[in-house]
Amino acid sequence: MLLIHCPYCRMARPESEFRYGGEAHVVRPAEPANVSDADWAAFLYMRANPKGIHAERWRHVHGCGRFFNALRNTVTDQILRTYPAGTPQPALDAHAEDGR
Amino acid sequence: MAGLHRTNGGGRIDRKKRLSFTFDGKSYEGVAGDTLASALLANGVHLVGRSYKYHRPRGILSAGAEEPNALVAVDRGDGRSAPNLRATQVELYDGLVAESQNRWPSLAYDVGAVNGLFSPLLAAGFYYKTFMGPRLLGSNWAWHKIYEPLIRRAAGLGKAPTQPDPDRYANGFAHCDVLVVGAGPAGLAAALAAAESGARVILCDEQAELGGSLLSEWSIEIDGVPAAAWLAEAVRTLAASPRVTLLPRTQAFGYFAQNFVALAERLTDHLAKPEPSAPRERLWQVRAKHVVLATGAIERPVVFPDNDRPGIMLADAARTYVNRYGVRCGSRAVVVAACDSGYATALDLRRAGVDVAMIVDPRPSGGSAVSGAVKAAGIAVETGATVIATRGRQRVSAVQIGRATSGTWVRCDHVLMTGGWTPSVHLFSQSRGKLAWDEAAQAFLPASVAPGQSQRSVGACRGAFGIAAALEDGFAAGGEAVGWAARARDFKVASDVADFSGVLGASNPGAHESKAFVDFQHDVTVRDLKLAAQEGFRSIEHVKRYTTTGMATDQGKTSNLNALAIVADHLGKPVPAVGLTTFRQPYTPVTFGTIAGASRGDLFDPVRRTPCDGWAQAVGAVFEDVGAWKRARHFPEGSEDMHAAVARECRIVRSAVGMFDASTLGKIEVVGPDAAEFLERLYINPFQKLGVGRCRYGVLLNEAGFIIDDGVIGRIAADRFHVTTTTGGAARVLNMMEDYAQTEFPELKVWLTSTTEQWAVIAVQGPKAREVLAPLVEGVDLDATAFPHMSVKAGRICDVDARIFRVSFTGELGFEINVPADYGAAVWEAVWREVQKHGGCAYGTESMHVLRAEKGFIIVGQETDGTVTPDDVGLGWAIGKSKRDFVGLRSLSRPDIVRSGRKQLVGLLTADPKLVLEEGAQVTAEAKPRVGTPALGHVTSAYWSAKLGRSIALALVADGRARIGARLNIPMPSGDVSVDVVAPVFLDPKGERLNG
Amino acid sequence: MADRIVGRRSVLDGLVLPARNGIVSVIEATPAARFIYRGDPGLIGDAFGIALPTTPMQARASGARAALWLGPDEWLLLAAASEATTVAAAVAGKPAALVDVGHRQVGLSVSGPRAAALLNAGCPLDLDEAEFPVGMCTRTILAKAEIVLWRTASDAFRMEIARSFAPYVVAFLVEALHGIDR
Ligand SMILES: [Zn+2]
Repeated sequence: MLLIHCPYCRMARPESEFRYGGEAHVVRPAEPANVSDADWAAFLYMRANPKGIHAERWRHVHGCGRFFNALRNTVTDQILRTYPAGTPQPALDAHAEDGR
Repeated sequence: MAGLHRTNGGGRIDRKKRLSFTFDGKSYEGVAGDTLASALLANGVHLVGRSYKYHRPRGILSAGAEEPNALVAVDRGDGRSAPNLRATQVELYDGLVAESQNRWPSLAYDVGAVNGLFSPLLAAGFYYKTFMGPRLLGSNWAWHKIYEPLIRRAAGLGKAPTQPDPDRYANGFAHCDVLVVGAGPAGLAAALAAAESGARVILCDEQAELGGSLLSEWSIEIDGVPAAAWLAEAVRTLAASPRVTLLPRTQAFGYFAQNFVALAERLTDHLAKPEPSAPRERLWQVRAKHVVLATGAIERPVVFPDNDRPGIMLADAARTYVNRYGVRCGSRAVVVAACDSGYATALDLRRAGVDVAMIVDPRPSGGSAVSGAVKAAGIAVETGATVIATRGRQRVSAVQIGRATSGTWVRCDHVLMTGGWTPSVHLFSQSRGKLAWDEAAQAFLPASVAPGQSQRSVGACRGAFGIAAALEDGFAAGGEAVGWAARARDFKVASDVADFSGVLGASNPGAHESKAFVDFQHDVTVRDLKLAAQEGFRSIEHVKRYTTTGMATDQGKTSNLNALAIVADHLGKPVPAVGLTTFRQPYTPVTFGTIAGASRGDLFDPVRRTPCDGWAQAVGAVFEDVGAWKRARHFPEGSEDMHAAVARECRIVRSAVGMFDASTLGKIEVVGPDAAEFLERLYINPFQKLGVGRCRYGVLLNEAGFIIDDGVIGRIAADRFHVTTTTGGAARVLNMMEDYAQTEFPELKVWLTSTTEQWAVIAVQGPKAREVLAPLVEGVDLDATAFPHMSVKAGRICDVDARIFRVSFTGELGFEINVPADYGAAVWEAVWREVQKHGGCAYGTESMHVLRAEKGFIIVGQETDGTVTPDDVGLGWAIGKSKRDFVGLRSLSRPDIVRSGRKQLVGLLTADPKLVLEEGAQVTAEAKPRVGTPALGHVTSAYWSAKLGRSIALALVADGRARIGARLNIPMPSGDVSVDVVAPVFLDPKGERLNG
Repeated sequence: MADRIVGRRSVLDGLVLPARNGIVSVIEATPAARFIYRGDPGLIGDAFGIALPTTPMQARASGARAALWLGPDEWLLLAAASEATTVAAAVAGKPAALVDVGHRQVGLSVSGPRAAALLNAGCPLDLDEAEFPVGMCTRTILAKAEIVLWRTASDAFRMEIARSFAPYVVAFLVEALHGIDR
């Protein structure tokens, strides 16, 4: 069971209180009517699925209820950083990459 | 007498407390403090099991968790039966009943024993070759008569209990600053150092007593006092620290990410008469800021021919039996010592009155300890030699000592071997730490800790052998864990063994390899391992699977390194080049009960019941599971079956009135100045212009344009909506709404609160619904014009504040009364009294399904499956035509959604009106369709309609609306069924009843 | 009209609550008016009598009233049952959300020297007083149920449980008590 730092509770909490929410920073077009079929399909279905650092959404559903974003290394399963929804993806320094 | 082989004094047993027990039906006596193994040895019993493949007689090899041979089943009756317990870990209690395993009819006369002639069949890869065999032979006879029985017999050790486990199992989440695993000298010192700082410390150890190897020390002094006295003081100090938790009988069996460690604590297995309500075991789920692994080392057997006879055991185990349990494992011993620790064993045995015939040391120059005490004790030492053969049917009686193939026979009744020590890196490896081969230690040692783990290995498990080294290493790590910078402490240890190096692999390569056992539990020999290498297996992971070495319940604790060395030697590679197999959880087997904990029986999952549930139970309703909810499915009267009850309930709702518990419907209060705008963006329907007091049937899509939920939404105030969802969709819809409110539309001032459980919901449906409610309500005009269909009013019913909806899921005049949940039962009963006056009934979910299907109302998840759009089910009308955006709108113009040929909701009427279709049945154009003909669609709902006196069905059919009037086919195993396609509304298409 | 007056029935009625003398006791918390307040904490001003705590996981209490931080825009307000209308009036007309949840959930008081140990049979949080001090509150889980947990004293907690999960939670605690040391 992972510990996940909730940026709203400002505390590391057990994974069982959270729910995964898919890839982060997938922006819903402001005017969907003006989006081409191909771009809309990409918004709906195309995801990065990287091997390595993945920006993803989590919700502290059995806690403060807030959605937030996390940077997780999909190889090591380590969550390197969490940050509020609606804020840009933070840069990771080398120090953070090994999880300290 | 508690055993003929008991010493007169000493040890950690209480000779006065006699305990009787049985093994394979025969009675014996042991004493308090014994394990089953020590008590058997005290009675001279060495033969305790049969081996897995060859059914060779096997004795007790070890004194601990690593035991491969002495597996027993302990039966306490009433389903309390545990197989595959290691006799070395089973604490003796008065009345213990143990049985050996893997033998028939008895241990001494096992008819399954395989002789040398037959044994080549079971060589390396026997599983694979056997499974391949029948095809090669082209004969079923061989399969049924030889192979399958063989595989079945060999397919497992022990018998699983057949009765349900009557015990209870506890769970505890725990947190600490420092978790110390292992309470030997290194672990104790680590705990003492950490505890001094006032940190929260948990110290666990799998044994009944804390102390590890110190429990078996006789001659060693620590800081000027005997080891036992030092140990007692250390335990006293720790026990007196309020922030220290001591967990004996607790095995750390799994080490997961971020210092999460699983411990299994045995609570009652050691008690003769446990309190019946006490839990048997407890799962500790520990989150530690730091973990100190002090898991020690496991002694390696020496690999020589016929090294598996009962009486041949690990040297340090014999030392433990004599020093800790006061048990001599025999009267005349030969010690095969490839490590100096074997010499210490010889001395301790000699002191206890055992005749040590000889020390045989395979190392050419022997051990450094040779010169001192051993010589003084007059024990003969043969260096550069090993055991090349052994004798004895059910107990070793002599060994041949020599080099290559010739040597002299020495009479003995037990043989004590040590090949050196393998550090226990299992938990370290589970934590994803990296191991590295240490040439000097001839072992894999912890090299780097995995990211996210804060952890130190101390003492023998990281190659720091000897008691002084372990104490100092542990103390430093314990201090470091609580932030002390390099605070060291010297421990003065007298008579410590200095050198723990040993040998790996076969001690006499080339000699009788088919009988030189490496993995005792799975009967893997030197020959098997070499055969695997000859057959082309190069990676140890492959050799492991092919030979099954290390794959038994002991996971190769005593065998893995010897096996690795033998394969490496055969391949001419260094050991680390052959690799190392993965260490997996659990370290020792863990009961299913411990892992399940309370989650069984009634507590397996929460069962949710509505406020009106008690009434339904009292009248004998039949319930169905809908998610975690129990919902009344129908209310049978007398001997009615479901069909009859549903037909009656439907008839009464249509002709008089019925009441229905709709409390499980999801409810969300959507509040705020932007509430209407928010709902506009979420639902397909328009909400801005919905008047206060009016309701709308809302349909919710996902962004892909597919229906995921529906429900009635009422406007309570300008800034307040009462949104209902499906029972199963309540949590999902709230999660989705929160998602959009928080992340997509954070600018909207709208807030969501689940009110599912705030309200009990009683639906009153039928032509008499108004008459039922009239005497109960206050301040609500129920008149059709004052309170039209699809409206909501606040009012009072039975003196309780209520939200009353005029809605209908049956097609009849209907109301849904929402009252605060704690009043639900009483209001239900009051409504019931009125319903009875009008000849009404209570109806369940099955009737609800029929009634709505007669009206063609969909059920999300039944008529929809995540690929269905509003237009597909005829709900295109609900879309707010002037809306520029809502969730899923853009997808409704995607090419695949607007193409022709999509499946559309239609009604089906069978040519035979008595025949009710099966839900899920396929729909085809032609009768007797050829194999491979694509279906046009499928039946989504099918019921008997009492009102119509015939069956009805709903279906999703390609271009369905264009096929209305056509005849289609339902292919069934019993024959084709002809159906007419009709509009999906079977009753009152104009809605006159519902608006009545 | 008298026969129209109906009584309130708690979901806990008839359930045996776990207790062991001197170790831990679980009792139903006094029935209360309960509201969820969502929105700007400043809007409610002094009207509730307690300023809503804005520090995560903090509860403030005064007499029978309490405000529990559940999220950055969500508070659980507790008050004596008789004060329900007063609380509603405090928020009326404000651009915020006040929702009556008085029947949505039930309260349990868990107290005694082993209260934290009992809860830790199913709650994965660190309930050591240094980590979860008096006045801390949060939504979390207990076995397979969601709860709100609030430490009201060194050896006392208040739990709020969704109505239909309460029988499960009570049964779980009864079971878990068997695993608490005598
Ligand atoms: Zn949070």
